[in-house]
Amino acid sequence: MIAEKPNASLAASLLKGMVRIRLVEEAIAANYGRQEMRCPVHLSIGQEAPAVGVCAALRDGDQVMSGHRSHAHYLAKGGSLNAMIAEMMGKETGCCKGRGGSMHLVDLQAGFVGAVPIVGSTIPIAVGLAFADKTLGRDRVTVAFLGDAATEEGVFHESVNFALLHKLPVLFICENNLYSVYSPLAVRQPTERSIADITAGHGMRSEKHDGNDPLAVYEATLSAAQHARSGKGPVLLELATYRWREHCGPGYDNHIGYRSEEEFLAWKAKDPIELQKTRMKHEAIHDAEDMARFEEEVGAEINEAFSLARSAPAPSADGLLKHLYH
Amino acid sequence: MRELTYAQAIQEGFCEAMARDERVTLLGLGVPDPKGFFGTTTDLQNRFGPSRVLDMPCAEAGMTGITLGAALNGLRPVINHQRLDFALLAMDPMCTQAAKWSYMFGGAMKMPVVFRMILGRGWGQGPQHSQCLHSWFAHIPGLKVVMPSTPADAKGLLISAIEDDNPVVFLEHRWLHHIKGHVPAGYYTTPIGPARQARSGKHVTIVALSYMVLEALEASDRLQKEGIDADVIDLRCLRPLDANLIIESVKKTGHLVVADSATGQVGVSAEIITLASQHAFSSLRSAPQRVCFPECPTPTAPSLAAAYYPRSGHIMAAVRKTLGMETDETDLHIAPGVELDKPNPAFTGPF
Ligand SMILES: Cc1ncc(C[n+]2csc(CCOP(=O)(O)OP(=O)(O)O)c2C)c(N)n1
Repeated sequence: MIAEKPNASLAASLLKGMVRIRLVEEAIAANYGRQEMRCPVHLSIGQEAPAVGVCAALRDGDQVMSGHRSHAHYLAKGGSLNAMIAEMMGKETGCCKGRGGSMHLVDLQAGFVGAVPIVGSTIPIAVGLAFADKTLGRDRVTVAFLGDAATEEGVFHESVNFALLHKLPVLFICENNLYSVYSPLAVRQPTERSIADITAGHGMRSEKHDGNDPLAVYEATLSAAQHARSGKGPVLLELATYRWREHCGPGYDNHIGYRSEEEFLAWKAKDPIELQKTRMKHEAIHDAEDMARFEEEVGAEINEAFSLARSAPAPSADGLLKHLYH
Repeated sequence: MRELTYAQAIQEGFCEAMARDERVTLLGLGVPDPKGFFGTTTDLQNRFGPSRVLDMPCAEAGMTGITLGAALNGLRPVINHQRLDFALLAMDPMCTQAAKWSYMFGGAMKMPVVFRMILGRGWGQGPQHSQCLHSWFAHIPGLKVVMPSTPADAKGLLISAIEDDNPVVFLEHRWLHHIKGHVPAGYYTTPIGPARQARSGKHVTIVALSYMVLEALEASDRLQKEGIDADVIDLRCLRPLDANLIIESVKKTGHLVVADSATGQVGVSAEIITLASQHAFSSLRSAPQRVCFPECPTPTAPSLAAAYYPRSGHIMAAVRKTLGMETDETDLHIAPGVELDKPNPAFTGPF
């Protein structure tokens, strides 16, 4: 049983949220070689804390958008696992009815308004969601998840400017994992300033946090969302984290030489899941038995998602032009 | 005879051009990375240094504009995009700036820049990673647009594009990168403009471009077994367009099929059929046909690949139609082992 600590249930739900994402992603990696998921996949293993910490701080009606590496964001926001796995297998039961694949996820019921793989392209759309909310007087916050490379796109700065100008309730959550495909930050941005410095220069509240600490992310988001909700405008959180696996695909890619094994190991030692477990042990709220039960449940949930997707119908040729217009 | 892959031919083209002219500069996301841009830029940074072969921020619009300034001021830059879709963020510098520069300033300046983009299909690249929008660029006066289909042409046309004092859009279909063929050694150019007579025949003209040339040649092989000789034209360049070769061929055969790996509406296939109608109308003995993608974005589901991607069987069916023959159900049969979402049998993902 989880002990009677004030934040015990939050701590446990952050941990469980990360473990669930990790197990799903590992299952995708383990199954990828079977050639059933015939689309690029970008795994978030190692980067679970921002997704879980941010989404835990949001309210049910709040909205989220993301990019190519979005499985974790989608799941943390409550997106359907069955629909996600089916989408990767190109099935009619997928969240995009098999038309999109892993780089295109949507679950409107969960408030996940869409993820697409063109870097930066959902950022202004997320700002537009917030613009509509403000215009229509809705009490809602929108989150745009983005990577460090997305901050290099002009559209990011154009969007930030507009969001500030109109004090829109939008949060820019930048997961800085140091790489864009195989290109390190140093060949893309001057090393003497941070991403948060840039948006601070725009005049936006901008903060840097440990992106491997789900509680820190949660607390930062809670405060940022309150700021945005109360009409004070957008906030950027730059979260330092690291992707363990290759940029795209199921494997590891340290051997190809764009990053060092030492760097990888140093970040692996900062595993967000282990960090949270250690903290909970320290506070005597970690329950190993409960965790084992949870992992078993998630395992069953994942098996079910894969087997449902396998047996689901594939889109048929007569539906090729369906959904082109509404 | 020395054979190289299309990707190796591009890499060699860069080596030749960079060795000859120190102004030639390559930039683009991942150009110097370990994967070497599908193997087309491997080792170039080692050979020519990080100031001539460089990565760039993820900033297509700005970087393309910067490339234009560099070209105006003495460099001969090639900006590389791993997907045409990414370059769409840079439509202003490509189409509204570079294409207009010489004309609107009355010839005061040259714009020697190459916009290199990869397009094409497969492995769930889907709606936003495989758009074939070559016709967009070909619509714009002031741009040259080349789409080589053979390794030899890839090298020769790349060097020509780099030598050209005008903006050239250089488009590679990703399914061509592993194709092998004879590639002459050393520095040589293939002129921008003339189409290539890929095969001579008298019964029907098939005009194809880029990857579809391979499908057209396969169709003509299969048709030849039935005694139908196709004249196959590999367009190579969309702008300028080699009208003569097309018109002469249609005058000879009286029948025209155009094969493009893109949607048909308002595309380059319409342009070719217009040329034939205007200049070889009296020679036409049947309505020209075109073989193109269905009018929708590229779906990701592998189950839709057979319905989405036109191939040699579709070209054969179109040829039969122009010749007034019965349709043959077996044309569209997909051979066992062939997977339409993979560029080659060895490919297993992930991108
Ligand atoms: C406009 C655009 N340019 C380039 C790409 C190719 N691309 C795909 S993912 C990626 C890296 C993005 O890095 P980052 O935003 O830091 O996210 P990460 O992959 O590290 O999660 C790039 C450059 C793209 N998809 N879209």
